[in-house]
Amino acid sequence: MGTDPIFRTAGSIPDWARANLFSSWPNALLTIGIVYVLWQALPSLVNWAFIEAVWHAPDSKACRAASGGGACWAFVAEKHRFILFGTYPFDQHWRPALACIVLVALWSVSALRAFWKWWLALVWTGGLAVIALLMWGGAFGLPYVENERWGGLILTLLLTSFGLAFAFPLAILLALARRSTMPALQGLAVGFIELVRGVPLISLLFMASVMLPLFLPAGVTIDKLLRAQIALILFAAAYLAEVVRGGLQAIPAGQYEAADALGFSYWRKTLLVVLPQALRVSIPPLVNSFIAFFKDTSLVLIIGLFDLLSTIKVSLTEPAWTGFGVEAYLFASLIYFAFCYSMSRYSQNLERGLAKAEEGRRR
Amino acid sequence: MNTLVMTVGVLAAALAAVQPASAQTTLDAVRSKGYVQCGVNTGLAGFSQPDSKGMWRGIDVDLCRAVSAAVFGDAAKVRYTPLTAQQRFTALQSGEVDVLARNTTWTITRDTSLGLNFVGVNYYDGQGFMVPKKLNVKSAKQLNGATVCVQPGTTTELNLADYFRANRMTFKPVVIEKLEEVLNAYFAGRCDVYTTDVSGLVAVRASRAPNPADHVILPEVISKEPLGPVVRHGDDRWFDVVKWSLFAMLEAEELGLGAKTIDQHLNSTNPSIQRFTGATGDIGKALGLDNRWAYSIVKQVGNYGESFERNLVPLGFERGLNRLWTQGGLMYAPPIR
Repeated sequence: MGTDPIFRTAGSIPDWARANLFSSWPNALLTIGIVYVLWQALPSLVNWAFIEAVWHAPDSKACRAASGGGACWAFVAEKHRFILFGTYPFDQHWRPALACIVLVALWSVSALRAFWKWWLALVWTGGLAVIALLMWGGAFGLPYVENERWGGLILTLLLTSFGLAFAFPLAILLALARRSTMPALQGLAVGFIELVRGVPLISLLFMASVMLPLFLPAGVTIDKLLRAQIALILFAAAYLAEVVRGGLQAIPAGQYEAADALGFSYWRKTLLVVLPQALRVSIPPLVNSFIAFFKDTSLVLIIGLFDLLSTIKVSLTEPAWTGFGVEAYLFASLIYFAFCYSMSRYSQNLERGLAKAEEGRRR
Repeated sequence: MNTLVMTVGVLAAALAAVQPASAQTTLDAVRSKGYVQCGVNTGLAGFSQPDSKGMWRGIDVDLCRAVSAAVFGDAAKVRYTPLTAQQRFTALQSGEVDVLARNTTWTITRDTSLGLNFVGVNYYDGQGFMVPKKLNVKSAKQLNGATVCVQPGTTTELNLADYFRANRMTFKPVVIEKLEEVLNAYFAGRCDVYTTDVSGLVAVRASRAPNPADHVILPEVISKEPLGPVVRHGDDRWFDVVKWSLFAMLEAEELGLGAKTIDQHLNSTNPSIQRFTGATGDIGKALGLDNRWAYSIVKQVGNYGESFERNLVPLGFERGLNRLWTQGGLMYAPPIR
């Protein structure tokens, strides 16, 4: 970014290098050290990833034989559809692909501040209906696909989207309840938050997937995916609640008192004065939690749901294609990185935009 | 008082609404929902594994398809629930799956106190040893003082210790949790021996060894690991259906009936084949199924030998104990008559 003060922009390249890379002895040494490491590592990396890599091969043996120790991207070429869509019927893969696009489009639209209007809720309702129709089918000539067969990227995105969509409002309520003066409400909120935060996500998922079915009467089963989703929502809500509470505590008492002085009711005060400020303060930790949660969804692999990381793991177990863990996990990390990085860039832009708006209002 | 009566009434109604589901037999429930819900491994080569197109393949998967063929006359009416080792029994007990075909070892504890019924064995496995060929070891009895790579926390580790103690030998264990790492250690030469179930050794040698011919699997098998499909206690009808679906695959191999050849035997005069294909007798009715149940299994899934050929032989498995009893193996189906 040209505006960052860390990069001093100067006219010519030597000037720029002197200013940014060799401004002092320690900096010069660091620069030389890093260039040396890159010099050592880059050629072999490029060699491995591109020059000696194999892009097409019938199986792992052929791939190993063809590459002189390079990457075997043929694995990703062979398995990418399973990795992205899991056990979804092969000839229907366009449906989860389209659903992914719709979901990403929904998030992108919601990210633009120009679209922060009441009708965004309608857009989401419509979008989710389209996704449900695409994924389940059973109408308009689309064959029905049970949700046990959903997998891969769309499962990760759905678990994250629904997880956050339900956990965030729940978290706000929990945070408000925890700061409430009503002892029962406060006790419940504290109890829930501490209980859920006190156990690892894995144990929550295990409870949902292994213990819960035993407590239900015989013949009554709750869908495995739904159980995992509920566990994820509860987990995310507990963590987000503490983030929101941090934001609430950062609001000066004067704001509350001013709202009270204007005769606002509790909900008007909270919705119009306190929450907008509190949430703006908590954007960085919130996005931090969102990103962590996005990656946490990969833990569903321990209860046999085929999310993006599980499909990679499963595709590695096929004997014809074993031993390409590096290539497979690089592919996964690229996808995860693309999503996480765009989330963090967006939050930076949002903070900057909101700060500017604030400045404009103060002026 | 009124509210109490109402609460009790509502509760009773709720219970009554729930009750029929459990009173119904599994076979009826499967028929009315139109598919068999089958619990399988999340990914174990040769047993149950989704291929690059997301289609499930393996001998456990074939058992699920056989049950579906027997019940519906259509092997495709199966829904698969991939299960981890920890989930599998709960999933069966709670009714989430109708059959558990997930390379599960038959033991007395599981058969009794867990409330499960093993219908039979579709793969006889056992723990074995693999060593590099260059060590020139011919028998596990020569392994005194060897360094052994093993994964912790399973019966594998205990069997290993028992075997060496029983034979008055010593060994140095290299215990590594992750499969990936334990294999790397073995192939890098950190240990002389790698031990796990023979099926696992075969798969590892075929897929992971830089040169499979450099490694030998020793003849000694030191534990019994009979793997079989499982159903819930208390539903004998369903138990029969799953059990005889497995036996039908074995019997078909013994009678020489395969997916491609069974149609040529429809007019056979051999009474065993006539009973099998449903040309004579009412065997299907006795199971609560169509008389062509066994024919559907063989026609659509194939016999046990074909399933073995298709799923396990390409990985380098040998029939071994899993040959038919007529060929010196343990696979034996009671007569279908």
